[in-house]
Amino acid sequence: MARFVLRRLLQSVVVLLGVTLVVFLLLQLVPGDPVRVALGTRFDQQTYDALRERSGLDRPLVAQYVGYVGHALTGDLGVSFRSGQPVTTIVLERLPATLSLAVTAVLLALLVAFPLGVLSAVRSGSVLDHAARVFSQFGVSVPDFWMGIMGILLFAGVLGWLPPSGYVALTEDPAGWASHVLLPAAAVGLVTASILTRFIRSSVLEVLSEDYVRTAEAKGLRSRIVVVRHVLRNALIPVVTVVAVQLASLIGGVIVIEVLFAWPGVGRLTYDAVQARDYPVLQGAVLFVAALFLLMNLLVDVLYARLDPRIGVR
Amino acid sequence: MRERSGRPTRPGHAGAPARRDPAEPVLAIEDLTVTIGTRRGPARAVAGVDWSVRAGQTLALVGESGSGKSMTVLAATGLAPRAARVTGRVRLLGEELTVLPEPRRRRLRGRHVGFVFQDPMTSLNPVLTVGRQVSEGCEEHLGMTRRQARERAVELLDLVGIPSPRRRADAYPHQFSGGMRQRVVIAMALSCEPDLLIADEPTTALDVTTQAQIVELVADLRRRLGTAVVWITHDLGVVAGVADTVAVMYGGRIVEQGPVDAVFAAPSHPYTRALLAARPDPAHRGRELPAIQGAPPSPLDLPAGCAFWPRCPVRGDARCEHELPPLVPVAPGHRVRTFYPGREDA
Amino acid sequence: MSGHPDGTPRRALSALRHDPPAVAGTVVLLLLLVVGVAGRWLAPAGVNDVDVDGMLRPPSPDHPFGTDELGRDVLSRVLVAARVSLEVGLVSVGIALLVGVTVGLLAGWYRGWVDNVLMRGMDVLFAFPVLLLAVAIVAVLGPGLLTAMVAIGVVYTPIFARVTRAGVLSVREQVFVRAAVSIGASDARIVRRHVLPNIAAPLIVQTSLSLAFAILSEAALSFLGLGIQPPDPAWGRMLYDGRGFVTEAWWLGVFPGAAIFLTVLAFNLVGDALRDVLDPRQLTVGEARRSRA
Repeated sequence: MARFVLRRLLQSVVVLLGVTLVVFLLLQLVPGDPVRVALGTRFDQQTYDALRERSGLDRPLVAQYVGYVGHALTGDLGVSFRSGQPVTTIVLERLPATLSLAVTAVLLALLVAFPLGVLSAVRSGSVLDHAARVFSQFGVSVPDFWMGIMGILLFAGVLGWLPPSGYVALTEDPAGWASHVLLPAAAVGLVTASILTRFIRSSVLEVLSEDYVRTAEAKGLRSRIVVVRHVLRNALIPVVTVVAVQLASLIGGVIVIEVLFAWPGVGRLTYDAVQARDYPVLQGAVLFVAALFLLMNLLVDVLYARLDPRIGVR
Repeated sequence: MRERSGRPTRPGHAGAPARRDPAEPVLAIEDLTVTIGTRRGPARAVAGVDWSVRAGQTLALVGESGSGKSMTVLAATGLAPRAARVTGRVRLLGEELTVLPEPRRRRLRGRHVGFVFQDPMTSLNPVLTVGRQVSEGCEEHLGMTRRQARERAVELLDLVGIPSPRRRADAYPHQFSGGMRQRVVIAMALSCEPDLLIADEPTTALDVTTQAQIVELVADLRRRLGTAVVWITHDLGVVAGVADTVAVMYGGRIVEQGPVDAVFAAPSHPYTRALLAARPDPAHRGRELPAIQGAPPSPLDLPAGCAFWPRCPVRGDARCEHELPPLVPVAPGHRVRTFYPGREDA
Repeated sequence: MSGHPDGTPRRALSALRHDPPAVAGTVVLLLLLVVGVAGRWLAPAGVNDVDVDGMLRPPSPDHPFGTDELGRDVLSRVLVAARVSLEVGLVSVGIALLVGVTVGLLAGWYRGWVDNVLMRGMDVLFAFPVLLLAVAIVAVLGPGLLTAMVAIGVVYTPIFARVTRAGVLSVREQVFVRAAVSIGASDARIVRRHVLPNIAAPLIVQTSLSLAFAILSEAALSFLGLGIQPPDPAWGRMLYDGRGFVTEAWWLGVFPGAAIFLTVLAFNLVGDALRDVLDPRQLTVGEARRSRA
């Protein structure tokens, strides 16, 4: 177990180094002088020199990279070309909004996907099973931002039940937060729910055909106990990992929904940084999200090893 | 967890059923037929099978894989796949199973019938401790509390010969060897002191030494607990040691059945003789084993007449090809399905 | 594995004929192809015909999908934009296929350090959420059709590399490949004659499903203004421009979105059907991890 965790940790560190390289190279790929491009019409020599100096663009490439990684390790991701604020501060400020949206979306998705996935596997071939398949095919094919627009149209426009966009912090006004988060979370959650429904269904179906399920049935256990104790325990191990990975990808992947709903999270920050050509913020946000994504994947694998007693011995 | 001192108490007889008339069979099946709907049409896996087994006795169901021997007991106890259509009569302890709704049948299963399956590597749930897997049947059927059931599980693990059972009860299946796992499965099957134990090729996946141990364990438990046993196997060598009666199946039908001594002394169906001849015999070590030519028939495409006809060394006549031979007595309790009982060759 | 390579395409086609969702998907794709090629001539009006007197008009016989905030005909814009989505989808998946298969072949065939270096590189690309990486790439290269294609191509490369590598690893152990190696056939010949035909099935399936995701990604990029630039129409961009008006002008939200949905659905239906026929293994963890565009 310890060796397994250590090996995965080492792998993650190597990949993370690669990630920093990619993120670092992003700035080098900008055609022309990125600082000049970023400043655009607001150009003045003093700011320009300060930013060049601060971002170390005059030094050789390798030195720049080493410097970048070194600073990143201490939590310094540079300063914004626009506001001069530290990138780390800016990103962390935006994190709660994104987290609250992503977690709500995954919870909503599970609320649908868990019963639907399990039931459609247990009653495979039934009307419910077919309905679940249509649902998940629909969900994986529909763009989440279109669902968001349709949600705005129906619930904000026609019915007037929910605000069309905007954000209220959960800590300030939970009810206000809830009314604002519902539409974007449902729009994102629909896609997640379809992916999870499919996955839970196939995972449960696979376990249902295992010999030990027949053994459990041979013991004369009630079918509810067979499903809950013998099938779900095994079927949900891979599902837990997929849920966690979906959560991770939501944290970094809700750019479009955050833009559509004016939700001030990391995705919206990325978008604004792109619009403003604020490259350090873009780099910082991307690096932060990718690192978080890697960390979540690492945790998932460790969790998987803990949940499945067989992996520990490998 | 450390082993606690003191010996575990002997298993109590909580909820043991009133013993019925010993002459009455524990399980009797009559005219059992199983048809499975497949993509390529219906497959008749079992056809018109009759047999019964009494308390304390062992019936061996013998045949190659695909002969319908496993499907017979799975269908009889309601464990057949969903696509299977089962007809016939199945009486367990005097109760007709085929007309029982599944919840009632479920309560009989596990409580009065225990199962040991072929592969102990896959028949145990990998994420539950073995103690839990043994105890859950007691909780379900004997109304035990979780704590009582656990105590019972430890006793059972001890009974089937697992060393330091109290500690091992908290281990997971992957921490046991194949033979030890099969002992766990047997403990599970015996947890409610069933009247009938169904052992579906319980030694096939094990090495030879372990096989002998498991055979001996089941025989010993049967003597001590008076359980009826249905032992499914393709190995006639095992049959001689454990069974009282034997039923040989081929192509979904019984081709020969009777007391094990009679069948071994005077095998009357060409298939039984071929099986016996294919058995490694220590007395004739070094001689080449005669193999049966050809392959068993597909349940999707069974011949009209005798299913063994295409491989039969006797090859009687056109009747064998087109007409199903009846199961006829050749001695008291010894019946065989052939037009030419006892004939060695054509 | 897929078995005999010669029989595969024909078997796949005949199986698809008897699968209603796959037939529906194929019909939609054929219609799309027609619209993609001939959209400009099918469109009843010019995509940039501004009409200041006819802004935000609901659907009518003159404008079946209504008009937008500049009075442009929505139907015409939806039809013409089909070409952009298909082009970006096909080109980007083409890039991902070409690069990914090459990487996967090299990694799986030579193994050792080649495998290590290439696949760790793929792991790095895999470590980014798909859309985020695409946005970052487009942001630095500058928005536009070509950069969108490259960006989407890059993010979908690792999945092709992994599928290919896995296929190569399993094929190279098979007897006929070992036999070919032992009689001294050249690497290129073995790969062409033996390896590629045997990994074709999973690649075909992956291509079809990736097209669906690529088109979703293109829509997302153009929604963010990082795809094809105005005044050329793109479905995602139309949704972005119309988002402020949807409560008054529902048609601005419904039609471009429905177009994206139908296109993606069609590719998914065909892809799923192909998987059932060609590569009938269950949905794996890795796949589910990836299946958000």
